[in-house]
This record gives sequence, structure tokens and C-alpha cells, in this order.
Amino acid sequence: MKYVDEFRNGQQAQEIAKKIAQLVEELGIDKKKPLQFMEVCGGHTHSIFRYGLAQFLPDEIEFIHGPGCPVCVLPMGVIDDCIAIAEKPNVIFTTFGDAMRVPGSQKSLLQAKAEGCDIRMVYSPLDALTLAKKNPDKEVVFFGLGFETTMPSTALTVQQAAKEQVNNFSLFCNHITIIPTIKAMLDSPDMRLDGFLGPGHVSMIIGTRPYEFIARDYQRPLVNAGFEPLDILQSVYMLVKQLVDKRCEVENQYKRLVPKEGNRAALQAIADVYELREFFEWRGLGSIDHSGVRIQPKYKQYDAELKFDLPKQKIADPDAAQCGEVVTGVIKPEQCKLFGKSCTPETPIGALMVSTEGACAAHYHYGRVEIPLANLGK
Amino acid sequence: MCLGIPGQIIKITDPERQLATVEVSGVKREINIACVVDPEQPIEHCIGYWVLVHVGFAMSRIDEEEAAKTLAILKELGEVQEVLHEMQESNKSLSQ
Ligand code: SF4
Repeated sequence: MKYVDEFRNGQQAQEIAKKIAQLVEELGIDKKKPLQFMEVCGGHTHSIFRYGLAQFLPDEIEFIHGPGCPVCVLPMGVIDDCIAIAEKPNVIFTTFGDAMRVPGSQKSLLQAKAEGCDIRMVYSPLDALTLAKKNPDKEVVFFGLGFETTMPSTALTVQQAAKEQVNNFSLFCNHITIIPTIKAMLDSPDMRLDGFLGPGHVSMIIGTRPYEFIARDYQRPLVNAGFEPLDILQSVYMLVKQLVDKRCEVENQYKRLVPKEGNRAALQAIADVYELREFFEWRGLGSIDHSGVRIQPKYKQYDAELKFDLPKQKIADPDAAQCGEVVTGVIKPEQCKLFGKSCTPETPIGALMVSTEGACAAHYHYGRVEIPLANLGK
Repeated sequence: MCLGIPGQIIKITDPERQLATVEVSGVKREINIACVVDPEQPIEHCIGYWVLVHVGFAMSRIDEEEAAKTLAILKELGEVQEVLHEMQESNKSLSQ
């Protein structure tokens, strides 16, 4: 763990930490009411835990782990729909590995596979398309999920399928979109956020403009952040600095990857293939208006939702599960009644326990490890 | 799944479908490069580019130094190995 050690003992991290502490002192924050910054992206959640970043920050700053781990917010009904497709005769159902263990109301995709369904893990939607070409007598379905980071990949795959007329391929589209989601967080009465770490890889696609309403209409700062530990600390510094200066802006710490205008080719593919749904159901958060996309009518023959009869049932999370409260920052993962008891990474009840980008799994794996820190001069 | 991993474009394999061979940490794999192609230049211009690869698609250009640093960190965290494993599993899924 050369890099991790270097980072933990490194000069730079300690210097930033010191500067953050000074700024926080200037603000005169009450320890009982710490500043709350939401990291929207699961990649950040992962880095924060992996490097024990909270320990570099004064007690007056708290990370709220947002909804940005796409597998964590998949409702159980969607997993049931996937299994319903996979159970049909002649279907090869393909998905990213992350989705395999998310619990549905009866079982996960992994369990369905063990029971004999032809479910295969693929690295890329392009591999699913190749599989369709290799198996012309089968229906190959790809389960598309994720925010704008993965959306271009499935959009380009659908375009390619159309171009080559691979008609035994379809996409079960469960992509979600970031802006309406952040807006819903801001509108939620439970939430009292002081700023956002913007999701670097989503921003690489959509650019920085779409976030401007957050600063303008909600008076909250947002800093687009990279994923290395120093990136995150620096972004926190930039957020606190804005508060000290009484500014509210969209800033870009991750300039080396995030162009202001986003990625044109990717945005064109998204606009060509998808359209907004009226609403999308989230695990733990309920329904959020315009937060999901579906396939446009012109590509309807590649839409698994139209090709197959789906149960499309709304299934409530188990009563004791408090995933919604964790995602909105109302409670910490370990405060959930099931945390580490009936809900563990081996036997997840909520999806936040499945992926290491989920707040509960990250907390379970790394949150309890005591990390010796060099004197930060706090 | 959302993790991007740096790789280098070494050969254009299918200009029409914008596919290229990208080397990711010693492993070669076919990747779609539509999102990093410069429309003003012939596609061969991309050879040698370092790119961030997400689920089989090059999503953005990065500089070589950045790529090396990111790779070193991801390797140490075991995340490069994870992505390579996913690629391998995918090959198995294709040859079943
Ligand atoms: S511990 Fe399990 S049930 Fe509780 S919030 Fe986390 S994922 Fe949900």
C-alpha cells in the first residue's frame, strides 16, 4: 500500500487539511451542527472510505454520501423485471457484474443464474451486442444502468445495433440522470446541505453548465471533484473557501478531465437514443420526476420494455431497512438497525450493502478500521 | 462499473465502427473510440492517445503522466485487476 501510506503521511494532504481547519475556524461552525457536504458520486464515497478522508477533516465537516451509486438505488421491482426477462425461453440476459447480487423481492440475478437462467456478466454493452450476433437464434438483452457516465456506452451500442440491424438485441434501459436527482435532494425538507462535491465522471460527459442552477437558485456551492484523495481534499477546501467568501459558484477542481461543455459526441448519442421518463422509482428515495430515461420510439425495436411482458411491480423495501435515510444523510450507515446484523455484504438486504461504492458496504469494509495518522497539527 | 481506467490506443481496427485496440495495463482489447475522435482529423490521428476507458468506451483523453499516476493508484487498490478480471469474464461469457 505504497500510495495509500504515502498519502496518509504526505505533506500535501496535511497542508490542505490544515488550511481547511483554519477556514472552518473563521466560519465559527458549531460542532453540533457541522457543515454537510454531499458527495453525489459513489466513486467519491469509495475514495473517502478507502483513504479515511474524514479523519483529515475537522469535526465541523461531515460527508453525506449521496445517491450516486447506480446499483444502490435500483428498486427491487426492477431486479424482478430483469429476472422475469431472464426466465423467458431463448433469452440470454447480460449485465455488469455489479448488478448480479442486488436483491430482488425473491432473489438476485446471481441466484436466478444458479437456478438455470442464462444470465451472463459482460464488461461492456458492446460485448452483449457481439453475443447477439453470435447467437442469432437467441434474444440477447442488456441491462443498462448508471448515470450519464455509462449512458453514452449503451446509446452508442443501440445505434450500432440499428445500423447493423441486429434485431435479436435489446436494451432494458434503467439509466438515471443526475440533475433532477440533485434537484430532488435540494427540495427535500429533511436535507440541510451546505454544498456538493460534483460527480467528476458524470461531468466529463455533461460538462459544468447543467449544475449552475444549484448556485443560482439554491445558493449552494458545487465543486466538480476528481477521485484521488488529494482531489477530494482540495475540493472540500474550495467549498469551504466559497462559504468563507460568501460566494456560491460552480467550480471545477477536475479541469484535467472535465471540459466546461462536456463531451459532444457522447451528448449527441444520448440525445439521439433517449428521452426523459415522467418519473423514475428509486430504492430508498421513492419516485423522482424526470430522473430516468427511456429509449425513443425510433429505436423501439431495441427496447426490452416493449419486447417483453414485464411485471413492473412496485415493491417496497423491507420495513426495517433504512436505506432511504442513509442516502439522504438523515442517519449514518451504522445507525441502521440492520447494519452488520442481518444486513452485511455477504447477505445484503439493502442495495447500499452490495457495491463497495455503496455507503453501507464502504462503511462495513473500511469505516471501522482505525488508521494511525501522523499529527495533522489540528 | 463507473470506474474509468486509463489505456493507450495502439491500432485502429475498424474505422467505420470507430473501433480500436486499446492496451490497458498490458492487456489488449477492442474499444469504441467514437467519443474521443476529432471530427476534423482522420481517425488514425488517435493512435497513441491515452484515454479513460469506461465499460468498453474511451470517454475522454488524458495526458500520459496523469494516466500513469491514475494507473499506479488503481493498481495498488486492486481496481485495475478487477477491471481486467471483468474483461476476462466477459470473454468467457462470449465463448460459452
Ligand atoms: S444496513 Fe442494509 S438495510 Fe440498513 S441502510 Fe444499509 S443497506 Fe439499507
